[in-house]
Order: sequence, then C-alpha cells, then structure tokens
Amino acid sequence: MSYLYIPAKWDVEFLHSAGEFTTRFLQNLKEKKIYGVRCPRCNRVLLPPRRVCDRCFVETTDWVEVSDVGTLQSFCVVYRKFWGLPDPPYAIGVFKLDGSDEALVHFIGGVDLTDPTKLEEVVKIGRKFRAVWAEERRGHILDIKYFEPMN
Amino acid sequence: MNRTAIIGVGISRCGHRRDDVTHPELVYEAVREALDMAGLWIDEVDCIVYGTMDPFDGILAPEKWDGEAMGVGRLKPMIKVTTGGTTGMSIALTAYTLASSGLFDVVMAVSGQRVSENVEAQKVLNLAVDPFHDRPFGIGAIAAAAFQASSYMHRLGDSRRVEEAMAMVSSKNRTVALRNPKAHLKRPLTVEEALRSPLLIWPIKYSDSCPSSDGSAAVIFASERAAKRISDRRAWVLAADTISDSYYWGSKDLSVWDSLAILARRVYKRAGITDPRRQIDTAELYDAFSIQEILEYEAVGFAEKYKGTELLFEGLTDFHGDLPVNASGGVLSTNPIGATGLIKTAEAALQVMGAAGEHQVPDAQTSIAHAWGGALQFHTLIVLSSEIGVKRP
Repeated sequence: MSYLYIPAKWDVEFLHSAGEFTTRFLQNLKEKKIYGVRCPRCNRVLLPPRRVCDRCFVETTDWVEVSDVGTLQSFCVVYRKFWGLPDPPYAIGVFKLDGSDEALVHFIGGVDLTDPTKLEEVVKIGRKFRAVWAEERRGHILDIKYFEPMN
Repeated sequence: MNRTAIIGVGISRCGHRRDDVTHPELVYEAVREALDMAGLWIDEVDCIVYGTMDPFDGILAPEKWDGEAMGVGRLKPMIKVTTGGTTGMSIALTAYTLASSGLFDVVMAVSGQRVSENVEAQKVLNLAVDPFHDRPFGIGAIAAAAFQASSYMHRLGDSRRVEEAMAMVSSKNRTVALRNPKAHLKRPLTVEEALRSPLLIWPIKYSDSCPSSDGSAAVIFASERAAKRISDRRAWVLAADTISDSYYWGSKDLSVWDSLAILARRVYKRAGITDPRRQIDTAELYDAFSIQEILEYEAVGFAEKYKGTELLFEGLTDFHGDLPVNASGGVLSTNPIGATGLIKTAEAALQVMGAAGEHQVPDAQTSIAHAWGGALQFHTLIVLSSEIGVKRP
C-alpha cells in the first residue's frame, strides 16, 4: 500500500544567555584578548573559561590572559555539505594556546583544502598557528576569523 | 546487588524509512519479540525504562505516544533516561539496577528511534554542542570522530596504516551484517571499495560512518529468582557500569579513550576478568565510526595502546577470528541512535544465549557490549555470560 505522510518542522526561537563567565570571555575578544581561568586546585588554565573546574569540581578564581598563538592538537576538514551547517570545504582545528592548559576549537584558515591527499602537508598537527582577528568585532567567538599556520 | 539475568530480547527490523509503521508500532515490534522470547505477558513486567533522543525524530517526549506499545496503559511504573549515544545502554543499566536492587523482579528496557525521518541528523547533533564556543563551527558526531582519527594518525605517525585499518573495520562489519536479518545496511563492502569511498569529513569517509536508521529494541532483565522461574534461556549480568568525562574537546587526549579504559578495568574486576582477550568470546563495541572500534580495542584491553590496528591485520576480530567484534554488523550497519546501545546489549545477550542465528559466534560463553555518547564523554559497558562466572584465564 502507499502510505500517507505529514511534513513536520521544528521552528522555535531561543535566546541563550552567555552568563558571567562566557560574556567576559567574549567581551575580551573585542579587544583581541583571549582569557582563560585558573583552577586554584590543579592550577590549570581552563579554556573556554567557566565557573567550575570539571576535573577538580572547585570554583575557578583568577582570569589569565593567554596567547593568540597556539599548537594544533587535532583537526578535520569538512568536504560534504550538511544542511544548516557551514559550506564546505572548511577545516576545524583544536588549538592549545600558549599559556593555557586546554585547547580551543576554531576554524583553520589560510590553507589550501582543495586537494585532500595533500592535507597533511599543509595542515600539520604539532605546528604553531596564530589567530587572525575579524575587522569588526561584536563579542562573539567569530571575532577570531580563524587560525592560520605560522611559518 | 542480587544476581540478575537477561531473559528476553527483541530487535525490530531496522532500516532506512520504516514507513510501514508509526513510532509506537515500531517500538511494539521489539517489545512483542522480547516478551515472546521470555514467554511473558505484559503484566508480568513490573517496570519499564524507556529512552530515546527526542530531536532526531522531531517528536518531543515520544514515551507518551509510545506508551501503548510497551504497556504504559497498564498502569505501570515508567522511567525515562537519555544520555546521547549511550541512551540505549543507560536504560539497560537502569533496568538492570532496578531488577538487581530487589525493588522490582522483572524490568524491561525499551527504545525506539527513527533517524531516517530526519533530513539532516548532523544539524541535530550540532544543537547538542556548546552554543557559544562550538556550535558555529558545525561540529557534530562526524567531526568528533574525525578529530579522534587525525589525532590517532598523528600519534601513530602512519596515516596510511590507520586509513587501511579503518577500511578493514568497515569492510568486516558491513560484510558480516549480511548474516543479520535485522541489520539496516546489507551490502558487502571490500577494503578496496572502502578506501575509494568519498570523503565526508577528512579523514572520515562515507564508508567509515554509520547510517541513519529506523529501529527499536527491548531487553527484559529479571532477578535470579524470577529468571529461574520464567525461562531457561538466560544471559547473566556479571558486571555493568558507566563512566562520564569532561565535555570540552580540548580537555581530552582524543587519540586514546582513557575514560573507557578506566571503566573497563572497573567492570572487569567485578566480573573476574583478568585476561579480556581470552576470557571474552565476542564483543559488541560501539563502532559509530570505524576509527572508534580501533580505539575501543585498546581501551577494553584487546590490544595495547596504539596497537589496535594490529588486530585487524591479524584478522583476530573477524567473524571467523578468535575474538569476533561486532558479529551483528555493528553500528556501522545499523544506527537508530537512541536504541543502538540497547541493540548492542541485546546482541551480546543473544550470543551467550546461543540464539544469534546466522551470526552466532560458536561456543560464546562470555560477551561484552559497549556504547559511547555525548561529546566522546560517556561510556557504558556490560559483561554477559551463559554461566554465573567467567572461564579461567
């Protein structure tokens, strides 16, 4: 038999608050500054900054400015279009910024992604990358345009 | 904790678009099969534990609609648990805990999910990440697995070997799925075909990735007293537990699965397993992406750290190898996400009950089932056996 169908769509708007910690982190991006927070127990600088150290379960204390230069720990390159997500090809990296003990996820830019067989020649885990800042900044994670490899 | 056994399992026919059934009708297929296997009438089930990942199906709180399919209308206790990809096994663990606690004698875990009604599952997965720091980058499950794969390739210093090993996992699991009448994808895949498969998110290819399936599962747990009274086909739970880790991608070494290794040590100690490679006869590991089966070999003690690919080149984990992994065809062949962990549990039970049919591993006495969920951060693990203890190492 041929079945009957009903189309459905979730179209519900939300307004998420960034709260105290994430607002402060994002506001600092406007000034081209990246801050983490220190855990008073394990002494690690956590990134992104948050109220509680998830390893120690104690509240974080000092805000610590970290570098906009970091080491690439891991990456991937999106080659297929996924509905509702950014257009391919684009690369996402996990960057351990100097002065931080955790890594930040962000776009990788300034590299040629057209030939997947040459990826590991142009994007190297363990190499240094630098933040490229957006001209206009609004207190958003994309105030950093992307991270590009340093020579 | 009282001794507890699985006495009935049901798995629906899984596939792309089960348009012949509604959501509750799909759930009913598995529930009916589990009750029939145990020889139970619904009123002999004392409690129901239900779980699914609502947004994938576009139905909020489907336990309401699905109630008719699992006896909720018979005025029973019903509990819902959801933990991402581990959902199916989290409900199994909850049902096990309730049955072994003495609170209830017979508890049924139930899950149904129809991911294929969803036009783009990655969009839903992207809604499950931090909206401020992670969501703008389009991160979902495939990107997470791709981070694991690129980290692992870097650690090994031999990307080609990892790529080949990933293709071997996919070929192994997709091909053995032909033996499983319930599996979704039933097309044999050679290693060469897998290597030629197009890229999704480098280094993950289409062939390295699970499908979006419609499917359901039900697993009935019973206290020792009830299990012995009801059925002579039993899979004893020797140990089961779960572990959680930090959300943040940048706080974990993605080339290893340390949290799973810690969980495995805990669970094995309780089950009396000191030599997993010899004392476990078959394993259902959560192979949503082929790289993950390799990391899991290492974490559950089948291989040393960074030596997981060796098992594939040796053929150890093939269906005809000494330690078959994912004899059901695995997640790479069937993935109704919230129900998948319960299918894993059901498959591991079928193996030690000797009821797995065409994909039965000969003389399987002890099996394990595993699932991962969240931002690579939750794990569940269960040890099942036809006997009330493991064999000597």
